[in-house]
Amino acid sequence: MSLLEVQNVSKAFGGIQALTTCSLSVEEGSITGLIGPNGSGKTTLFNGITGYEKIDTGTIQFSSQSITNIRPDQVFRLGIGRTFQLTRIFPRLTVMENMHVAAQREGMKELLSRWSSTHEQKRALELLDFVGLTKLKDTPAANLSYGQKKLLEFAFVLIAEPKVILLDEPAGGINPTLINQLAEQIRTLNKQGVTFLVVEHNMEFVMGLCEKITVMHRGSNIAEGTPQEVRSNPAVLEAYLGD
Amino acid sequence: MVLRLQNVYAGYDGGDVLKGLDLTVEKGSITCIVGPNGAGKSTVLRVISGLLKPRLGEVVFNDQKIGGLKPRQVLSHGIVQVPQNHSLFPAISVRENVRLGAFTLHDNALVNKRLKEVEELFPIVKDRAKEKAGNLSGGQQRLVEFARCLMLDPTLILLDEPSMGLDPKTLKQVFDTITLMHSTGRTILLVEQNVRTGLGVSTKGVVMESGRVRLVGTHDEILGNPQISHLYLGGTLSGA
Repeated sequence: MSLLEVQNVSKAFGGIQALTTCSLSVEEGSITGLIGPNGSGKTTLFNGITGYEKIDTGTIQFSSQSITNIRPDQVFRLGIGRTFQLTRIFPRLTVMENMHVAAQREGMKELLSRWSSTHEQKRALELLDFVGLTKLKDTPAANLSYGQKKLLEFAFVLIAEPKVILLDEPAGGINPTLINQLAEQIRTLNKQGVTFLVVEHNMEFVMGLCEKITVMHRGSNIAEGTPQEVRSNPAVLEAYLGD
Repeated sequence: MVLRLQNVYAGYDGGDVLKGLDLTVEKGSITCIVGPNGAGKSTVLRVISGLLKPRLGEVVFNDQKIGGLKPRQVLSHGIVQVPQNHSLFPAISVRENVRLGAFTLHDNALVNKRLKEVEELFPIVKDRAKEKAGNLSGGQQRLVEFARCLMLDPTLILLDEPSMGLDPKTLKQVFDTITLMHSTGRTILLVEQNVRTGLGVSTKGVVMESGRVRLVGTHDEILGNPQISHLYLGGTLSGA
């Protein structure tokens, strides 16, 4: 059994069928890619896995345990972290304060104790250094550019040390040099045992990073395989990559 | 020459983001600004469109000073901006969204005439006229945003990361549309992280760093500059 197993998931919004018997498996220790045209249901699937949307039918299992339709905080505590296409950070807290909030996994009491352990402080600074935000650590997050907010969100998720990280368009709005560094960091974390599921339109990034790619179209998975297999699949070319 | 920024300083509560920026955008060009995250690329567009007041320096458009004007006044000079994130009103129709692009005009006949012209250029505006804008895919919404910005018949269009969130097929369609808008006589200034695609359609590239312009050149000159390509454009691009 895979670490994360999505089986026959369907979800409708009013009259619009966003997901139709969609299945996906993410092997432990893998970097799995999820690609597909705009509107094919990738983000809805992320929302279903992480508890942000209730699915209509189907099952989602993590480490052989059902996580179907449980709350986002419960999903997070089980060790599934995620980022969002449009970033979700605390705009009035500073960059460093955002990192402290992210490091608190045990509710308000810990949060109010204000200063985290030295280990967490050190880790927060290391992560900010990696994403190039050290100079901005005392700046309110609202003042960051779009790309910087995305980088903060990435660091934000990493500090909680999840087992699986779901990344929703991590390269969107990020400078190309930093995209290469981001890929390096993902590989390093992966070697340390973190599993990744990545939604991304930047093909160079996805094809270079992922060992397995699942392709979605109109709410269902239409293909799956190595980057080479996916790239030469006529159905994928037709639906997604174009000429 | 159509637009000139000279020694511009501007920022938010945290201090200056633009630190003595000089930039010229020639009439009829497609000028593309690239650079690291936080270099101030979006801030340049905000200063031009009046969303942010420069603290110092001059912004001159067709020999008139526009620095510090209100966004509405800037619109009347023929400058429009398409923002970075989804900016359509999701709960109202495509046509209503496009008509809102002409909210400063009070001549109904003129608005209708413009709408017809825009529909010709962007068939989606007619085909999906009554659909709620929120039901369109990301790429379709981007095209409707473009259509909306043409309602004022602008001479200068500012685009903030038009490639963001688009799948490869849609990306091509959106950039073809930028070329199409350019071919109808508009000047275009865009900000892009998708360097290859952005510089690919441009007549001039501008590399920004830390609130200043660091290099100006053609597509080839910028991609061919080894230092720039290493620092900002991703090492792999130099061979592209």
